[in-house]
Amino acid sequence: MMSNPDIVVVGGGNAALCAAITAAEAGKRVLMLEAAPKPYRGGNSRHTRNFRCMHDGPLSVLTGTYDEDEYYNDLLLVTKGKTDEHLARMAIRGSQESQPWMEAHGVRFQPSLSGTLSLSRTNAFFLGGGKALVNAYYRTAEALGVEVLYEAPVTHIELDGDRITRVDFTHGGERHSLSPPAVVVASGGFQGNIERLVEAWGPEAENFLIRGTPYNRGDVLFDLLGQGVQSIGDPTQCHAVAIDGRAPKFDGGIVTRLDCVPFSVVVNKNGDRFYNEGEDVWPKRYAIWGRLVAAEPDQVAFSIIDSKSKDLFMPSVFPPVTADTIPELAGKLGLDPQKLSETIETFNGACRPGTFHPTELDGLVTEDLTPPKTNWARPITEPPFYGYSLRPGVTFTYLGFKVDETAQVQGTKGPVENLWAAGETMAGSILGQGYLAGFGMTIGTVFGRIAGREAAQYV
Amino acid sequence: MFDQSQMDSKPSTRIDEARRQIEICNACRYCEGYCSVFPAIMRQRSFAEADITQFANLCHNCRGCYYACQYTEPHEFDLNLPGILAEVRTESWERFAWPGPLARLFQRSGTALALALVLGFAALFWAAQALRPESGEGFYAVMSHGLMVAIFMPAFLLPLAALFASLRGYWRHVGGGQIRLSHIRHALGRAARMKDLSGGQGQGCNFEDEDRFSNARRMAHQAVMWGFLMCFGATASGTIMHYVFNWPAPYGVFSLPKLLGVPGGILLVLGCAELARLKLKADPDLGAKQMRSGEMGFVLLLGFVSLSGLLLYAAAGTGAVAVLLPLHLGAVLTFFLLMPYTKMAHGFFRLAALLRDAADRK
Ligand SMILES: Cc1cc2nc3c(=O)[nH]c(=O)nc-3n(C[C@H](O)[C@H](O)[C@H](O)COP(=O)(O)OP(=O)(O)OC[C@H]3O[C@@H](n4cnc5c(N)ncnc54)[C@H](O)[C@@H]3O)c2cc1C
Ligand code: SF4
Ligand code: SF4
Repeated sequence: MMSNPDIVVVGGGNAALCAAITAAEAGKRVLMLEAAPKPYRGGNSRHTRNFRCMHDGPLSVLTGTYDEDEYYNDLLLVTKGKTDEHLARMAIRGSQESQPWMEAHGVRFQPSLSGTLSLSRTNAFFLGGGKALVNAYYRTAEALGVEVLYEAPVTHIELDGDRITRVDFTHGGERHSLSPPAVVVASGGFQGNIERLVEAWGPEAENFLIRGTPYNRGDVLFDLLGQGVQSIGDPTQCHAVAIDGRAPKFDGGIVTRLDCVPFSVVVNKNGDRFYNEGEDVWPKRYAIWGRLVAAEPDQVAFSIIDSKSKDLFMPSVFPPVTADTIPELAGKLGLDPQKLSETIETFNGACRPGTFHPTELDGLVTEDLTPPKTNWARPITEPPFYGYSLRPGVTFTYLGFKVDETAQVQGTKGPVENLWAAGETMAGSILGQGYLAGFGMTIGTVFGRIAGREAAQYV
Repeated sequence: MFDQSQMDSKPSTRIDEARRQIEICNACRYCEGYCSVFPAIMRQRSFAEADITQFANLCHNCRGCYYACQYTEPHEFDLNLPGILAEVRTESWERFAWPGPLARLFQRSGTALALALVLGFAALFWAAQALRPESGEGFYAVMSHGLMVAIFMPAFLLPLAALFASLRGYWRHVGGGQIRLSHIRHALGRAARMKDLSGGQGQGCNFEDEDRFSNARRMAHQAVMWGFLMCFGATASGTIMHYVFNWPAPYGVFSLPKLLGVPGGILLVLGCAELARLKLKADPDLGAKQMRSGEMGFVLLLGFVSLSGLLLYAAAGTGAVAVLLPLHLGAVLTFFLLMPYTKMAHGFFRLAALLRDAADRK
């Protein structure tokens, strides 16, 4: 193991790799400490598929233009204005310049995947997905002399006044300490730590599923915040979407998503509807369903369709529960058969004739129904009937380090002299709430490179 | 060498396992850009046994989708698409081959191959000794042309007929229809450039060093394929010169048989050596484990055929010919006779799968 690195990078995902590569290219000796074992290296980054990229003209696989203002407006819409304009615009402008940098460091892009046409202008997709990206970066980093330790979780970072003086971690069953001149933290959020989620959100969080890595437990985040480093982002909030209730507790990733809600009737465990399933197109609504389901009893809901809608959405990883009648389906889903039949009948009675358009807002609205369904309202009548269970799936938490435009972490009285942060662990500095598809990798890439550059300049 | 009980008692397990993995891929799609398999998967929502057999034969085992997968072991989804498709593929060759038990033996066992080879040598030595010609020039001084034809015509045509029958079974099974010129162009175009080992963008495959992309295997494979075709062309042109133009061997350096045969043989030797080297470095769990020794045996046999052919050429006019000729011809005999039952069959099945795929593409 490198005994006197210039820079220690904490984490092993996209942001950590971008920082490590940048610093190594500046001639620094870099040690990366990754908590996960090698097969699980790369945190949530290995589950990603694209990054959102500004482009003033055609760029690599991206056609047309997506300029700074359009990008920024898209961001304002999802964050409802809760965003730091200066840092956000830096990330946006940085994305255009990062795309060729990514290619030069081994990342390959491809046109948008089938079924994701809505993102083809704004998001550049990784060939093979995020794990292929992570693999390419590890190869590049190692070729540059970066040393990577797996199964090396950092347990404590000592803050002395406005300086980091020590990094403690375990590796190979032993405790180690290093005192590097500079430290970059890129160890993600804390959604892997259920106890912390319960503290923040309440006991309901016991029933949440975590879409990504179990290794993002926020240990470094809470350790430093406990020593007076400034935080940003609502500590009680997380980004949660509705996913298949049968998904694994951790790391289910992209395949557990369910896109059937707009074409379905969604009931809670009592068999009652609770929200307008057809409020908007799914890409604009999937993010609110996580919290909607989280607010229902036992944090579970059931999405029910009939055979008319079966092939209207991307296939999901688990086959639906199938039955020839609604009561039978209710029985298989563990719902009260009579209650579910009543709910479906009431819904069916409220549907009105009209033209159904699965891919656009078709205005097929229910009449005299609370809550209403304002698009794609077709009666559930044609067997077989299908049911999916839904649970909240947490993508990330918002709490993070407050950084400035050089990615430097802010301490009690101004910046911590030798500490930088990048990626999800500081994303709260830019994203106050909501989320824009592909922006996580943008923040990690742009600020990872900035953190690497600044740390290298410092030592 | 192989576990028959597992296959026979649960004939559908491999297909079921492949289906489980394919359904995960269809919900994910991250690997769409690597090869022809994923676009084919993504055209469908449910997967019959025949679909899975077709995907398996379309897969070139480039392994890109293994190293890029976030769901490989120890993840509970336990994805290993190259591995399971390789096993289904092997199973399908055996199912369509005739006679089946023979196929299973040679696909899987390098030892059986070696044994057959020794038998081939013995047969040729015996023939050379017992039926030594009175006169003749060049190789024909060792073995008469008539005898060579009498042995090799059937040894070449019968396996071809067996292969044809296998392929017909495959074609029916996967619902192949009428073949158009555009399909042939598509399939040959992809095979000629080994597009499905290109990683989608020319970076190659992930074979010999985990997730590192390299074109080594693609190039070695092309050396073997083109080398083989050139040698085949050499033999064919020799046959035509013999019968049509009444111009028997030996041929000079600047004749068509030599111009094709010598560089072809060199390509084959180099390609086979490199393929064997790469195979030793690759992770066996991502290929057809049940076929590893059979595959290696086949590569070595093909390498030996070409090497002995080249040596024979170099030894022309010396006493070594009497030994080398039966060795070479014995190897060639074994190679041809076992064609439908060795890895050699994969080329034909692959072409059929590419043809079938061409019809489904838009
Ligand atoms: C299923 C899913 C799909 C997504 N898809 C996209 C997408 O397509 N596009 C997009 O932009 N965003 C996507 N996101 C969000 C995206 O994953 C994150 O924004 C991004 O990966 C964050 O990168 P990071 O490097 O900050 O964190 P991560 O990639 O999560 O890396 C954190 C690293 O820190 C390590 N670590 C944690 N604690 C410690 C410790 N104490 N010591 C040492 N190491 C530690 C972890 O093991 C991990 O390697 C997705 C998220 C999920 C869950
Ligand atoms: S192999 Fe893995 S990453 Fe690739 S498509 Fe299948 S599930 Fe997705
Ligand atoms: S191994 Fe290669 S050819 Fe086979 S399915 Fe995976 S990516 Fe395609």
